[in-house]
Amino acid sequence: MSVMSFLGAIGAAQKEAMDADERVIIIGEDVEANVYGTTGGGKTRQETGDFVQMYGRNRIRNTPISEEGIVGAAAGAAMTGLRPIVDLSYSSFLYMAMDQLVNQVAKNRYMFGGQASMPAVFRSAMFYGLNTGAHHSDRPYPMFMNVPGLKIMVPSTPSDAKGLLRTAIDLNDPVLTFEACILWGLKEEVQDDEYWIPFGVARTHREGTDVTIVAISSSVQEALAAATELAEQGISVEVIDPRTLVPLDKQAILDSVAKTGRLVVVEPAHRTCGAAGEISAIVAEEVFDSLKAPIVRLTAPDMQIPFSPALEKQMYPNKQQIIDAVLRVTQKDKETGRLLSIG
Amino acid sequence: MATLSRAQKLEAQRRMLRIRAFDERASKMVKRGHIPGTVHTSIGQEAQVVGATMALGDADYMTGNHRSHGHPIGKGSPLGPLMAELQGKGTGVCKGKGGSLHLADFNVGSLGESGIVGSSIPIAMGAALSSQVLGRDTVALAFFGDGAANQGVLYESMNMSGVWNLPVIFLCENNQYALSTPAHTVTSGVIADRAQGFGIPGVRVEDGQDILAVFDAVSTAVERARRGEGPTLIEVVTYRYNEHSEGLRLGTDYRPADEREAWLKKDPIVLFREHLIGEGFTAEEMDALEAEVLAEVDAAVEFSENSEWPDPSVGFQDLYTDSEYAA
Repeated sequence: MSVMSFLGAIGAAQKEAMDADERVIIIGEDVEANVYGTTGGGKTRQETGDFVQMYGRNRIRNTPISEEGIVGAAAGAAMTGLRPIVDLSYSSFLYMAMDQLVNQVAKNRYMFGGQASMPAVFRSAMFYGLNTGAHHSDRPYPMFMNVPGLKIMVPSTPSDAKGLLRTAIDLNDPVLTFEACILWGLKEEVQDDEYWIPFGVARTHREGTDVTIVAISSSVQEALAAATELAEQGISVEVIDPRTLVPLDKQAILDSVAKTGRLVVVEPAHRTCGAAGEISAIVAEEVFDSLKAPIVRLTAPDMQIPFSPALEKQMYPNKQQIIDAVLRVTQKDKETGRLLSIG
Repeated sequence: MATLSRAQKLEAQRRMLRIRAFDERASKMVKRGHIPGTVHTSIGQEAQVVGATMALGDADYMTGNHRSHGHPIGKGSPLGPLMAELQGKGTGVCKGKGGSLHLADFNVGSLGESGIVGSSIPIAMGAALSSQVLGRDTVALAFFGDGAANQGVLYESMNMSGVWNLPVIFLCENNQYALSTPAHTVTSGVIADRAQGFGIPGVRVEDGQDILAVFDAVSTAVERARRGEGPTLIEVVTYRYNEHSEGLRLGTDYRPADEREAWLKKDPIVLFREHLIGEGFTAEEMDALEAEVLAEVDAAVEFSENSEWPDPSVGFQDLYTDSEYAA
């Protein structure tokens, strides 16, 4: 084990995959200079150099600013024997490549009757919460949940980021990974050796009996902080991170809500047609009878992201909003001390 | 000048005839309701298609567009599963899930036709990237029309391929109309000349009805690509004899009648038949070849007509490699 940052863990997974399989290449803007810190040698950079020195320009492909061309090239390469990792830097740059992602990457296998496989990973960072304004702050994973054929991961810890990315690179289907920049510096002990975290398996960060919080991306850290404070007030909160949204571990969520009877879903994306809305609908359809209180969604409003720190901060659900929501769905009977549902 | 052997010339004529006969039959079948939806035929453009595909090796890749049947036929894909795909049968080359617009036969290097204009161009670039990274000697060719020549992704692809010296050929099938829009009214300058801006060769085949001229130009580009010298843009000037798509009747007279008449006189199959007879083949041999191909198309239609519809469950397969659809 060693202490790794979120970004370091991603770099470590990329290095492992590059070492393990010569068909893995990294393609994207500024990957050669390691601008975003995931194509360097990690802790041993002094000794081993960066990825270009380690793997050469044949496998580290620095590109022009041509997202549509980059994604299309990766798709064609994946269909003919390579396993590209595409670094698209900002998530809002995905829109430049929308045709390739939606019409080629997602559809080719199905449309051609299973002849194609598309082992490609498309990495992008969500720069929200960092005062980068409306063009760089997007959290667009829900709109890609609406595209059959893609798989989607939203890691929230360094160890999950490493293990999920290894799996993503080894999968024979296209994966979009959305990495929250505000998590980049998050550090924890991470296994040094290779490990793979399966897709479609949620992580229960904290077990509890009163309320289930399903949290996505950076909202996981907010939820865990809220759970700690709520525990001091005698409220037992279960915190679940789905980790992958496609496929989604529905069973883990349903089992938890069947136990607690209360659900708060937290995510940094917009409200309409978001992951929170989808998870809420699944719970309402499948375990309605278990619910003791209305489901609560905590999301960003359907609003653009402003630049000023004075304006941006309020846009994403935070610890206090989560605490308030949990208190709303749980109400202690003052006489018996038992939790009651509201309304 | 790259040349074809006598046997290859006969094969080239066979493939052009296959495209013509296949598309003429498909046109009738659309109009009789035997093919759902519509099709876009390559009738009139056979020399441009087969001149290019004959210059590719079996292991080479290609991507195509909505005018889609000629490319896989030209690359040697069997007709039966192609026709079955047009009819939506379970024996179709894509199990009935692609249809006319999305034919693909990976067995012959056909990585797929695309219903989105220009969208398959970077896919060919990616196939060329695989070849370069893995040290293979295969090349890739992207077929696209004069309409797609005005899509930005073509220029992203030409630029990246030029920078990386990728073994890819960008082949513009300039049939002079993007549906109803004359190319010259929406295209500034000459398409082939645009290659200059990327420092790569740009070649214009003025007579795209001459299969030998097309073959020569594409062969030169393929050899260059295989030597590791990078991409080429080739513009082939040709003409489609039918409407944009079968069954379409445009109210406007967007193509002058005498223009079509003039191009009909330059039928690539008639021209090459004359060439072959000039090379010593007999008219009887040519007639026999035409009869053989018609019988092949009959057999393809029979294969398709006798095929079952796909089971409804097939509609829920092939989304992912490792999991079944779960509602």
